[in-house]
Amino acid sequence: MENFDVIIVGGGPAGLSAAISAANGGMKTLVIERGDYPGTKNVMGGILYTKATDMVVPEFWKEAPLERPIIEQRLAMLSGDESILAGYRDPDWAKEPYNAHSILRVKFDRWLAQQAEKAGVMIITETLVEDLLYQNGNVVGVRTGRAEGDLGAKVVIIAEGVNNFLAVKTGLAKPLKPASVAVTVKEVIALPKEKIEDRFCLDEGQGATIELYGDSTAGMMGVGFIYTNKDSISIGVGAILASVIREQWTPNDLLENLKAKPYVKRLLQGGETKEYLAHLIPEGGYTQVPRLHRQGVMVVGDTAMLMNSLNREGSNLAMISGKIAGEVAAQAIKAGDVSDQAMAVYEARLRDSFVLKDLYHYRHMGEFFENNPHLLKIYPKMFSKAAKMYLTADGTPKKQRQKEIMQMLFEQRSKGGIIKDIYGAWRALL
Amino acid sequence: MKLDDKLYLVRFNTDKLNHIKISDPKVCLNQCQDKPCTRFCPAHVYDWDEEEKRISVGYEGCLECGTCLIGCPYGNIIWKYPRGGFGVSWKNG
Repeated sequence: MENFDVIIVGGGPAGLSAAISAANGGMKTLVIERGDYPGTKNVMGGILYTKATDMVVPEFWKEAPLERPIIEQRLAMLSGDESILAGYRDPDWAKEPYNAHSILRVKFDRWLAQQAEKAGVMIITETLVEDLLYQNGNVVGVRTGRAEGDLGAKVVIIAEGVNNFLAVKTGLAKPLKPASVAVTVKEVIALPKEKIEDRFCLDEGQGATIELYGDSTAGMMGVGFIYTNKDSISIGVGAILASVIREQWTPNDLLENLKAKPYVKRLLQGGETKEYLAHLIPEGGYTQVPRLHRQGVMVVGDTAMLMNSLNREGSNLAMISGKIAGEVAAQAIKAGDVSDQAMAVYEARLRDSFVLKDLYHYRHMGEFFENNPHLLKIYPKMFSKAAKMYLTADGTPKKQRQKEIMQMLFEQRSKGGIIKDIYGAWRALL
Repeated sequence: MKLDDKLYLVRFNTDKLNHIKISDPKVCLNQCQDKPCTRFCPAHVYDWDEEEKRISVGYEGCLECGTCLIGCPYGNIIWKYPRGGFGVSWKNG
C-alpha cells in the first residue's frame, strides 16, 4: 500500500486549496478525483472571489482562465412580467485588486489542479473513494474503487462536495434533508462578446451579475442568476428542494419560466444553449454544519455546508476552509499528533475567520424563510404594485396616491404581519 | 427548449453498470402516491411505467446532482456516484 502524508478526496476548489497548502507545508500530498480530470464533475453558478483565491494562488488573475471581472451586481425582483431593479456598479472592480470574476469550472478547476501539481501535489483521476481505512479506530487511509486501491494517509481531508457520502460514513455528518439543499439547474448560452457588452452596458472584457428573486423561483425560497462569461451567459435557478417537491415544480420548467420573463428574454435573445447542468447547493446554514473533524480527518467546502447564499459566497468559503485544513494537517503531521484535538485547530481557525462568523451571523435565516414561505410570494407583488401606482401618471394627486398605496399594502398584508416580517428579517439578516 | 434537447448537449461516458437502484419497487407502487422523483430530477431520469407498474430509471442521463437520494420521501432510491471516470463529463461546468 502506497503511503502519503495527506490524502484529499475531491478535486474542487476546497480540495485543491487544501492540497496546495499541505504541499507547501512539505507534505507528500495526494488528491483523488472521480472525474476525467479536476473540473469535469464540478458545477457552480460561476462567481470566484479574488481575495480568497489570491490567498491560495497569489496573483492568480495573471494566468488563470477567468471569464470577466464583475463590475456590476444587479438585484431584480420579479412579479409576473414586472420587475423592480437595484444595482451597484464600480468600474474600479475591472482592475486589480478586483473583487470577483465569473468563471467556468471545467477550465478553472483544471488550471487550479495544475497549480497544485506545480506545488508538488500528486493527482489521480477517474477514481472514486469508497470509504476510509481504519486501524484500531484511527483513520489510516482510504479505500478506492480500483483493484488494490487502498492508499495510506496520516490525515484525510474530505472535500467530496455537497453529496456527503464519506462524511456520513465517518459519522461526522448526517444525510442531507430536502430543506437543506437547493436543487439548481443552469444553462451556458453562447452569445457574441459585443452583444453581451451591449446588452449589459459593459466596456470590453467587463462582466456583470444579476440575481433575481420572487417569480424567478415562482416565489419559492431560492434565486435565479445571470452571469456574463467571455462569450456566453450562465443562467440558472435554484430553489430549496423541499419547496420544489411541495409545489410540484420540475427544475427545467423553473428555468424555462425564468428565461421567458420579459426582462430576461431580451438579454438571452439569439443565444445558443451549449450545456445544461444540474447541481445541489448546500443551504443548511450554521445549524446544519457537520462535525468538522475527528482524529485524522477534516471536512471542508460544500461537504462542511460552508455556503453563504445570501451573499452568494461559496467558492471563497470552500477555498479558505481548504487552505486552513491543509495547513493544520501539515502542522499536525510535523508535530506527530493527528488526534481529534490536533484537528480541532482547523475548526478554531474557521471560527476565527469570516467563514463560520458569516454562517453564524445568518444562523436564523433558513428557519426564517422556511417558517415564512409567503415572503417571496407576496412582497414582490406588493412592491411591484406600489411602484406601478406611484410611477403611473394618471392625474391622481400624489397625496391621495400615497394613501392608496398604503391601503393596497395593508390589504395584501396586515400591519401586524408587516411589522412581524420586518422584525423577522431584521433578526435573520442583520 | 425541451429537456430532451438540452440533455442531448451533455457529454457522458456511459458505464455499462447502472449506478441507481430502486430499493423496493413495491414502495413506489403501493405507498408512494405522488411519485415526486418523476418531477424533481433535473434530468428526468425517473419515469412511471404504467404497463410495468414501476419506476423506470434512465441512469444513462443522470447529471449526478444527488437530488433523488435526498428527495425521495421513502428513501427508496439508492443513488451512488458512477464508477471513477464514468458518467457525466461537463464541458463548461
